Amino acid sequence: MRSPWPWWVAGPLIGLFVPALLIIGNRQFGFSSNLRHLCAAILPGDVAFFQYDWKESGLWNLVFLAGTIAGGFIGGVLLAAPGVPISIQTQTALAALGIHDFTGLAPRELFNWPALLTVKGFVLTAVGGLCVGFGTAYAGGCTSGHAIAGLAALERSSLIAVLGFFAGGLVATHLLLPLILR
Amino acid sequence: MSYLLLGTAFGLVLTKSQVVSWFRIQEMFRFQSFYMYGVLTSAVVVAGISIAVIKRMGVKTLSGAPIVIPPKVLGRGYRYWIGGAIFGIGWAFTGACPGPLFALLGGGVTVMLVAIAAALGGTWLYGYLRPHLPH
Repeated sequence: MRSPWPWWVAGPLIGLFVPALLIIGNRQFGFSSNLRHLCAAILPGDVAFFQYDWKESGLWNLVFLAGTIAGGFIGGVLLAAPGVPISIQTQTALAALGIHDFTGLAPRELFNWPALLTVKGFVLTAVGGLCVGFGTAYAGGCTSGHAIAGLAALERSSLIAVLGFFAGGLVATHLLLPLILR
Repeated sequence: MSYLLLGTAFGLVLTKSQVVSWFRIQEMFRFQSFYMYGVLTSAVVVAGISIAVIKRMGVKTLSGAPIVIPPKVLGRGYRYWIGGAIFGIGWAFTGACPGPLFALLGGGVTVMLVAIAAALGGTWLYGYLRPHLPH
């Protein structure tokens, strides 16, 4: 139970959330909608984008979100794997950027509370989070809604979005990360 | 209740499969492991076959209602390119998409609370700027 699951177990299981949600209640698999629902619930302001009945359209998804936190606790703490078996090439590349601890789910050297006060920690955590929220809201979906449910439904818009995800990710990984971490 | 259980299963799969790992996302964007590509491709194939079966067989929801998948609006496509690329930068920085941000919080990486707060700020900012952005 403690060892990490291989991709051919994880991938198909993730794919099954699409039909499971449709059959249980005609719901679309898409996690980033929760960020919009939370904004609508907490601070809608005068913003038209947040003027809708978030309980009607999103309460089920926020319950799903609460479950995701609980599941993260079970999988990431109670049944925590001893480490992530990442490729030697990646370890070498990251070591050149000053990352040497490969034991956690996120680099312990960069993702901790004191590190927020450093440029690296702040950019990766806070600026990264801002980009996740802005980008998914703008694109109308994230990995679940576009890359999995959208591609599975053969949506052209999702294919464009996924190409966009990779364009941004490649630029960030190969051009921006070296600037930030060095 | 069923959504709570499904969400729990989702968080469990995300952490046990390590797709929430910052390192796995780095491997993916560096093309140094097949792992994430295997996860995403097999997830799309299983979801795609499921949708095809649901449509072909006219599968109903548990309460007997017809299943409807509303099509996405393509428009001029700007939102998908630009929004997608901005999200991609955030994905590489945090090593997480929205689901994993919350799974990581549950998994003990408590500083992800800051990333979540920032993501809410980002979504709010989008809502505020929406009338002025190309879509």
